Amino acid sequence: MSELHTEEMVLNMGPQHPSTHGVLRLQLVTDGEVVREAEPHIGYLHRCAEKIGENVNYVQFVPYTDRMDYLAGMNCNYAFAHAVEQLTDLKVPERAEYIRILVLELNRLASHLVAFGTYGLDIGAFTPFFYAFRERERILDLFEELCGARLTYNYVRIGGVMADLTPGWLGKTKNFIDYFEPKIREYDELLSYNKIFIKRTAQVGVLPADLAIAYGVTGPNLRGSGVKWDLRKEEPYSIYDRFDFDVPVGKGEMGILGDCWDRYMVRIREMRESVKIIRQAMDGIPAEGPVVAEEIGKSVKTKAGELYTRVENPRGEMGFWVVSSGKDTPIRCKVRAPSFCNMSVFKEISRGAMIADLIAIVGSLDIVLGEIDR
Amino acid sequence: MDPAHIAERLKTKFGDAVTEVRLDVPDPHAMIAPAHVAEIGLYLRDDPDLDFKSLMCLSGVDYGDRLGVAYHLHSLTHRHRFCYKADLSREPGAARLPSVVGVWPAADWHEREAYDLVGIVFEGHPDLRRILLPDDWEGHPLRKDYQFPREWHGIPI
Repeated sequence: MSELHTEEMVLNMGPQHPSTHGVLRLQLVTDGEVVREAEPHIGYLHRCAEKIGENVNYVQFVPYTDRMDYLAGMNCNYAFAHAVEQLTDLKVPERAEYIRILVLELNRLASHLVAFGTYGLDIGAFTPFFYAFRERERILDLFEELCGARLTYNYVRIGGVMADLTPGWLGKTKNFIDYFEPKIREYDELLSYNKIFIKRTAQVGVLPADLAIAYGVTGPNLRGSGVKWDLRKEEPYSIYDRFDFDVPVGKGEMGILGDCWDRYMVRIREMRESVKIIRQAMDGIPAEGPVVAEEIGKSVKTKAGELYTRVENPRGEMGFWVVSSGKDTPIRCKVRAPSFCNMSVFKEISRGAMIADLIAIVGSLDIVLGEIDR
Repeated sequence: MDPAHIAERLKTKFGDAVTEVRLDVPDPHAMIAPAHVAEIGLYLRDDPDLDFKSLMCLSGVDYGDRLGVAYHLHSLTHRHRFCYKADLSREPGAARLPSVVGVWPAADWHEREAYDLVGIVFEGHPDLRRILLPDDWEGHPLRKDYQFPREWHGIPI
């Protein structure tokens, strides 16, 4: 018997593979069905956006940001606008702040819906995808009405937003939210508490809290490990301190704290919180007023200095490190993308997993290659 | 703890390794001699009053006359932030400093990115190779004197 041994095999998964959520290549060292080592190779979607950022002015760079996390374009636009606003004395009008909260949270819903739908697809459940995209479609319709675009919006601008709400938009949003809220229960019945789904995701890809923190994992992935950390609560930016909402965290209900199911469920529960915020913002929005700061022209000059700012995107902490010499173009515009850090922990949590479970783990991290590769 | 107190503690503990403390800027920070970034990181992480378990961001930068690396830290327990930076010479082969992967594993990909795009070498990094660009790419695009290539393997760019 001692002569018998298995040989390890190196296997490429991707870069063209539907369940890797984009052009991600995983180089696997496998021993039969067991993954000994999984090394992610990234960069297939690299456009060197940071170099572009050094060559165009701040206002011109905004449309490049929504091509990073293209499932949450509004949030990326906002993250950059927020960074630049911190380096200027711009006063964002009250109405613009409310409009921003509305679109940010709607985009968070749209993004979490994609995460929910495609995760079902990864695991082998086809139907949830249609449910998710049916609802997401209505959010995109709302965005299209605001700015004409359905994916890359360039709507949140430095100093405010591009245009005021269209007449009747708030009513349509209210209709959508009333329609959407009960649907979340449907998702739970359809997927979250589905026995097969739980079997596939519970106790798989366990990410302990200390490992998550050491690797800079943020967002729903960190909260899935039981860490109550949400920048909207901890370092309230914009007007998030005016709203009442909870921060759901993983509890290890179905298996072990920090498993794929916990990460997935945090997103489902966050949708309810986003709905709460949207309702409050619709009640509080001033009836009229400017939607962009007066001083905004074709370019913005910032103070000289370096500043790291961060906001809570659907995928976690989106940070911008802007180095400015006081001109209208930065010296350096480093993007700290949440998926980049979230993906770096993948190697750790996939060691020893079955090949089929890799799909469950990648899906549970909810990565977007556009922001990993930039 | 505010950045002034943290910088004060660093000065007491490490003396001349802290070359400058800048508090009157948008992002208060301490300038560190490049050779000491890893040991200072370890101290910031392990001191119970500081407890910087999380590295938010590590960035490389080319200022034109010098290179730099910035470490943005954050503590989940004390809810405070701190930043320290190191300046490096632009002389060929001089842009080297110790890796902090041993302190924060999060630095692994960040350092590879800074190496890839800015050309900073992190000594002691377990696997320092390009991360975003192809392995055989020449040059580091975020250098201010970077020459844009006309083609790559016969593919016009």
